Amino acid sequence: MLAYVARRLLQSVLILFGVSIITFALLYILPADPARQIAGRSATAQTVDNIREQLGLNLPFYQQYGRYLIGLVQGDLGRSYLQKTEVGTLIWSRLPASLLLMVGAIVCELVLGLTMGMIAALRRGTALDKGLMIFSFVGVSAPQFVIGILLLYVFAVQLGWFPIGGYGTFAHLVLPSVTLGFLGAGWYSRMMRSSLLDVLRQDYIRTAEAKGLTRARVIFGHAVPNAILPVIAMIGIDIGLFMSGIVVVESVFGWPGIGQLAWQAIQRVDIPIIMAVTIVSAVAIVIGNLLADLITPLIDPRIKLR
Amino acid sequence: MTVLEADVRGIAAPPTRGILARLVRRPLALFGLVLIGLVVVVALGAPWIAPYDPYEQFFEGLSLEGAPLPPDGTFWFGTDLVGRDLFSRLIYGAQTSLIIGVVANGIAVLIGASVGIAAGYLRGRTEIVLMRFTDLMMAFPALLLAIVLAATFRPSLWIVAMVIAMVNWVQIARIIYTETRSLAERDFIEAERAMGAGALRIMFRHILPHLVSTIIVWGTLGIATTVLLEATLSFLGIGVQPPVPSWGNIIFENQTYFSSAPWLVFIPGIAILALALAFNLLGEALRDILDPTQQGYH
Amino acid sequence: MKQLLLSCVAGASFALALGATAAADDIKQGGSMIVTYKDDVSTLDPAIGYDWQNWSMIKSLFDGLMDYEPGTTVLRKDIAEDYTISDDGQTFTFTLRKGIKFHNGRELTAEDVKYSIDRVVNPETQSPGAGFFASIKGFDEASGGAGGLSGITVVDPYTIKFELSRPDATFLHVMALNFAHVVPKEEVEKYGADFGKNPVGSGAFQMTEWTLGQRVVFERFKDYWNTGLPKLDQITFEVGQEPVVALLRLQNGEIDIPGDGIPPAKFIEAMEDPTLKDLIIQGGQLHTGYVTMNVKIPPFDNVKVRQAVNMAINKDRIVRIINGRAVPANQPLPPSMPGYAKDYQGYAYDVDKAKALLAEAGLADGFETELFVMNTDPQPRIAQAIQQDLAAIGIKASIQSLAQANVIAAGGEPDGAPMIWSGGMAWIADFPDPSNFYGPILGCGGAVQGGWNWSWYCNEELDRKAAEADSIVDPARAGEREAMWRDIYVKIMEDAPWAPIFNEERFSVRSTRIGGDDALFVDPVHIPVHYDQVYAKDVQ
Repeated sequence: MLAYVARRLLQSVLILFGVSIITFALLYILPADPARQIAGRSATAQTVDNIREQLGLNLPFYQQYGRYLIGLVQGDLGRSYLQKTEVGTLIWSRLPASLLLMVGAIVCELVLGLTMGMIAALRRGTALDKGLMIFSFVGVSAPQFVIGILLLYVFAVQLGWFPIGGYGTFAHLVLPSVTLGFLGAGWYSRMMRSSLLDVLRQDYIRTAEAKGLTRARVIFGHAVPNAILPVIAMIGIDIGLFMSGIVVVESVFGWPGIGQLAWQAIQRVDIPIIMAVTIVSAVAIVIGNLLADLITPLIDPRIKLR
Repeated sequence: MTVLEADVRGIAAPPTRGILARLVRRPLALFGLVLIGLVVVVALGAPWIAPYDPYEQFFEGLSLEGAPLPPDGTFWFGTDLVGRDLFSRLIYGAQTSLIIGVVANGIAVLIGASVGIAAGYLRGRTEIVLMRFTDLMMAFPALLLAIVLAATFRPSLWIVAMVIAMVNWVQIARIIYTETRSLAERDFIEAERAMGAGALRIMFRHILPHLVSTIIVWGTLGIATTVLLEATLSFLGIGVQPPVPSWGNIIFENQTYFSSAPWLVFIPGIAILALALAFNLLGEALRDILDPTQQGYH
Repeated sequence: MKQLLLSCVAGASFALALGATAAADDIKQGGSMIVTYKDDVSTLDPAIGYDWQNWSMIKSLFDGLMDYEPGTTVLRKDIAEDYTISDDGQTFTFTLRKGIKFHNGRELTAEDVKYSIDRVVNPETQSPGAGFFASIKGFDEASGGAGGLSGITVVDPYTIKFELSRPDATFLHVMALNFAHVVPKEEVEKYGADFGKNPVGSGAFQMTEWTLGQRVVFERFKDYWNTGLPKLDQITFEVGQEPVVALLRLQNGEIDIPGDGIPPAKFIEAMEDPTLKDLIIQGGQLHTGYVTMNVKIPPFDNVKVRQAVNMAINKDRIVRIINGRAVPANQPLPPSMPGYAKDYQGYAYDVDKAKALLAEAGLADGFETELFVMNTDPQPRIAQAIQQDLAAIGIKASIQSLAQANVIAAGGEPDGAPMIWSGGMAWIADFPDPSNFYGPILGCGGAVQGGWNWSWYCNEELDRKAAEADSIVDPARAGEREAMWRDIYVKIMEDAPWAPIFNEERFSVRSTRIGGDDALFVDPVHIPVHYDQVYAKDVQ
């Protein structure tokens, strides 16, 4: 177990190294000049050259990347070209909003997904089951920006139940969380359904029923908890989906997280921010996958660590 | 006994015959097929179906204040923010979605399958390099990578397709890899190798045919993902270049009016949803029919 | 010199001038207001800040030698008590007011003025404003990193002398720019690169709170030298607020100024809304949106082709597409800019004539080209309208809709972009002087690799004329100078390196509880509103 974790951690470090070098290379060949963005429209050529030199943008690729990597290893993400702030500070100021949104999304997808899956499994073969499963397909097929705009239109513009966007209170959190969690809810409802059906076929459930326990106790006391565990173990893998989703959801709802930070930075080639958000996302994804791989065998002994 | 059974299963032709007949018996799959058929017909017949030129900005297509027109007898779905007929743009947008869906996903499947087979059969250094690279790609947030790629290369229809392929090949590579590895250990492959067959010959003549059903299933599901990713990139303004209509960029161009002219956003939104849904339904049905192992979505 | 203001602005400032003496003393200080923005404030360092939203925030935190009469483009002395200009126009001597205090309590002296400008020119500061000081002696050495500017001398603690290497009629405007605002050395050194997040100046307000991504709070500086200002005790800037949301919150009475104005989608609705109608103030803006044609890329090297493009574009329709939030333009200068040629007719929309011109250029069948545009709404829409107009005379322009940085990069290459629609990156004047629309964007100096003259138009004769006009420092000859500039822009239009499209109008909204003359809410320099001058009605 420990050896496995150690090996995976080492692999993860190598993966992060690879992510950073690929992103850095892509940004290096980007046909735009950060120095000119910083210098602005009234700058003289001399000013632009000075800035380029100071930021080391005139250096060959391997030197630029080397400088970046040395900083990164020391925990220095650099300074934003345009916001003139430590990128670390910027990320820290924005990360809570994104994490809050992801927690909201996880709650949504679990509550929605597990409930739907459970009902579908218990009403297997009925029209309700079919309807819920079609709905779950809609969930995984709907573009997030359409869901977001639809929720905004219905619940904020027309009904006025929620604010039209922004950040701050619980009411602000609801619509973006549902939007981000909608996709996952679709998957989870189908996984929950098959997981619960699987459990219900197991011997111990039949034994419990034979012992004369009420059906409700069998289902909620034994079957559901056992069915939920393998589904919940997948949450770690969702991080990857979330990291893509926040770019869209945050821009639709004006949510001040790292997704918007990244999007604005890409528009204006603020390379240190783009690098930092990519690396932070990659770290989250790698950790999420690692957790999922570690938890699954604990829950289901049939699966072995490889 | 078990070994023999496995061999029989392994050598038997993949169960790809009669798929269509089995599909149409499933209502959801049939629904998906019909939707896809409809979109294909609309895309191919666009010049005859569309009432107007999708590029023409009608002078009378905007109100005097410059607002888009609501749906009426002249413009069935109303006009967009520069006075073009939304209905005609939607019809031509189907072409974009299908081209990207098929081309981008085709490239992704090609790359993914090649990487998966090579890594799974050749093993050794090839496997380490290729699979660590896919691990690396898995650690990228897909959309962020696509955005950076789209910013690096000037987007055109084909560049957008390439960008999506670069992001989407990873999943299929991993699935093919896993299947190839287990296939490679089967006796009939061992036998071929013992008879001196070359690696390329084994991969193409003996392994690939057994992966056809997997490729069909994941290739179909992948189109849904591709359609959604194209729509998202276009929605962010970095996808298909204007004035070529794409369902995603129609929403991008009109989103500021979503509260006063919601049809401009929701009609193309429904179109994207319907096409992705159709491919998902079809893909799932194919998986039920072709792939009894039922791998999870991740 | 400033006679050609837009009629509404001129009228408003006239009203202000009349009302100011009567009303100014009656207005009580106190109260607060809330201003919202969508984007975070990047920095409040006057040497760095160059965004549309932090520009006037910085003006309220810092002071410069010069400023403008509130609501107008008329220069006036700010922390300078007086100034003299030598006869050759190359020496400016300013005397400072005494007793001006920084927010940290120290007195502001001439040393600080010199330090602040040296700091901007110093390459390590990476200031986008360094180039504005190029006329000061020693600029080349200083911007190469060799210490301070030799042309700035501190005569005594309250006197500072600027020696220029050439006469510069815009110098007083430059002294009113944020880049010339005064910072205290000890605070800059204390915070280092984070000074922009911990600004200390001598302005009417001081910053008391900054929660990244959420809120910036300004409070009245009690020891402000200009007693009676500011009117408000506190301003809270809330960031991350969508313009649509901000407008609704304004109607609910939750906020006072939506800093990003009226969002396009809500514009028609808002203009017809009886509750908003009286709160909206319209004004001009020192802005021109234009299409550049790269004269180095055939067939745009042919003046006839460029003129044809000018005639082919239906500007009225484009203005309609953006809901009439602009006025069609026919020359580089906006109407509220001194030097605007009121009688100039420009190229009228005339498709037949455009086609004829193309035929004369040997391109009767048209040609293919590319139109670059920034990829945020509404720019791609405007580009598509232009594209359709060009198609009507046979020019097939394919649209390249890219991130801002990529468009700027393409424009800076001689063979990069045949045509660029400037929207979203367009020129908004730094100061209200006609010269500001020339140098970097139409002069030879900008037509270099990485420059901002995207049409690569370089007319040496006009460059000479421009230099000549800018050497007229004598205020008595301001009219003559303005006429020279008017001439320059009319000549440019003969060569037609640009197709000017429109001048954006500003539509500011304020809550009912915020008072002040209308002109303060569409101030041409303090954008979106003049924070120091507006007042709260609920404390009157």
